[in-house]
Amino acid sequence: MSAVPAGLGYARVSLRSGALAAAIAVTLVAAPFYLAPYATTTLTRMLVFGLFAASLDLLVGLIGLPSLGHAAYLGIGAYTAGWLALHGLTSPLALLLAASASALAGLGAGWISVRSSGIFFLILTLAIGEIAEQIAQSWTAVTGGSNGLYGIPAATVGPLTASDVASLYYYVLGGFGVGMAMLWSVSASPLGAALRGIRDNKTRMRALGYESTRYELFAFVLAAAVAGFAGGLLAAQQRLVTPSDLGFTTSALALFAVVIGGSGRLWAACLGAALIIGVRDVAGLTVNGHGPLLLGLLFIAAVYLMPHGIAGLPRRRK
Amino acid sequence: MPEWVPVAMTATINGLAIGLLLFVSAVGLTLIFGMMDVLNLAHGGLFLIGAYLVAESPTWTTFAVGLAAATTIGAVAGGALSLATAPLARRPHLDQALLTLGIALVIAEVLSALYGDDVRPANPPPGLDGAVPILGHQYPTYRLAVIGVGVVLALVFYWMVERTKLGALFRASVADRDMVAAIGIDVRFVRVGVLVVGSALAAVAGFLGGPIYNARPGLDSTILVLALVVVVIGGLGSVRGVLLASLLVGQIESTGRALLPSLASFLLFGALAVTIAVKPKGLLR
Repeated sequence: MSAVPAGLGYARVSLRSGALAAAIAVTLVAAPFYLAPYATTTLTRMLVFGLFAASLDLLVGLIGLPSLGHAAYLGIGAYTAGWLALHGLTSPLALLLAASASALAGLGAGWISVRSSGIFFLILTLAIGEIAEQIAQSWTAVTGGSNGLYGIPAATVGPLTASDVASLYYYVLGGFGVGMAMLWSVSASPLGAALRGIRDNKTRMRALGYESTRYELFAFVLAAAVAGFAGGLLAAQQRLVTPSDLGFTTSALALFAVVIGGSGRLWAACLGAALIIGVRDVAGLTVNGHGPLLLGLLFIAAVYLMPHGIAGLPRRRK
Repeated sequence: MPEWVPVAMTATINGLAIGLLLFVSAVGLTLIFGMMDVLNLAHGGLFLIGAYLVAESPTWTTFAVGLAAATTIGAVAGGALSLATAPLARRPHLDQALLTLGIALVIAEVLSALYGDDVRPANPPPGLDGAVPILGHQYPTYRLAVIGVGVVLALVFYWMVERTKLGALFRASVADRDMVAAIGIDVRFVRVGVLVVGSALAAVAGFLGGPIYNARPGLDSTILVLALVVVVIGGLGSVRGVLLASLLVGQIESTGRALLPSLASFLLFGALAVTIAVKPKGLLR
């Protein structure tokens, strides 16, 4: 965090990071050709969780509002898309409606939460997220209660159906690309610079005429919308939505992902998310399904050893 | 007597029991935050440890031993937490909160590995497991006992904070920690003390609340959220505020669930939203 706010222009992309991004894109597109089906499925999960974590990074990293209830918007999107699919709408329109539903919920919750900041914001978002989970548990007519929504039909794009491992992977990868492009375009724009300015020095930005509360609410709604979009992808990937998808643990893991990756960088959040899904789903198998135990220990270690996340490691060595 | 009177009365007494339990667990949380700026997200985990301990205590002897064990484990955990968070004191508050979040996750997973994922019903000790008639309706004796113990604990704690030298130190630390340090009091001692006492109270609340809530995975975050809502509504660091807010939330939880089961969660959210909108710093700050 620099003391001087960045200039409020568009961020420039260096040739090197552009080439790196292109190489990653090619690797991701070719993945089903060189990965086993199980590994492809794990990668699909990583993409969904990565987009979700990146949407949280918009709040935590860009504008400095640590949310511990972000899974509420993932869950609202997932329930919306799942419910729509069960009622016949499996096209990408369902993803947009899922994002809209989450944005609407984010507007209500954000209106209350952005009045606070720091730890208070953390407490408020946590409480609101937990209440969302209780609603998912008790509103059985729509959410299916604790069983959740199951038997969700596969997503379709025109005549194509995302039902097998590879097609589902490409469906999710496409959604991931759209979501990340949206987050990145905001982050790199003058608006993104204004958000960073509010994070670094709210008083100064207010003095410059930026009404910080309005920007915070905007960031909250946008983060909720992208999380809802990721939720739509989650429903298509799991074909099942349960209350735990919007619960405390999911929110906590997303915040872990952002912090372990290094907050303030969207790609780092995706990296953190990939690490967390990897530990939980792959390494967790070796400790009788208690993957979260490994995650908790990993996280305790990371708080002490990597104060700036994975993204901060190269900087420290210099 | 109309039909709804006994229902409303049962719900009110239940709310009193839940509210007092919430007070015992939330008062530690608010003091730890108010005095030390540490948001202890492992607080719910300590409650759950207490709840599992009481599930193992069928007789009065084991009940007494279990209560002592819960107090000790809570106090030791509080000491460990103060050691763990001390190196992070100069880092942003978020880092300390995240550390306790990691610890909460570990506690929850260890408990689920030890006790499995099923609900563990906890029975009250013999003699308190029956029911007594109130206005012609049977009411569980244990909950009345919890109310009694809760009132005593609340009074003792209130007296300690408002009337003793130690309590004055607590309140002074909430108001201005640097000034307390400047007049020659070792703030580190206060830090350890408040974490030990607060964590022990959380475990004791879990132990007493076990027969009401039953020990189960997920209870830790339920209680943590209720306690956090109480702390926010009451105003961080205010003992009086926490007492008021926990009694209020207890009533919302129990009357709300009895009368409008599908809307109870919205009611809790509504109470939080109204408080934040009208008094952003809590009722008594």
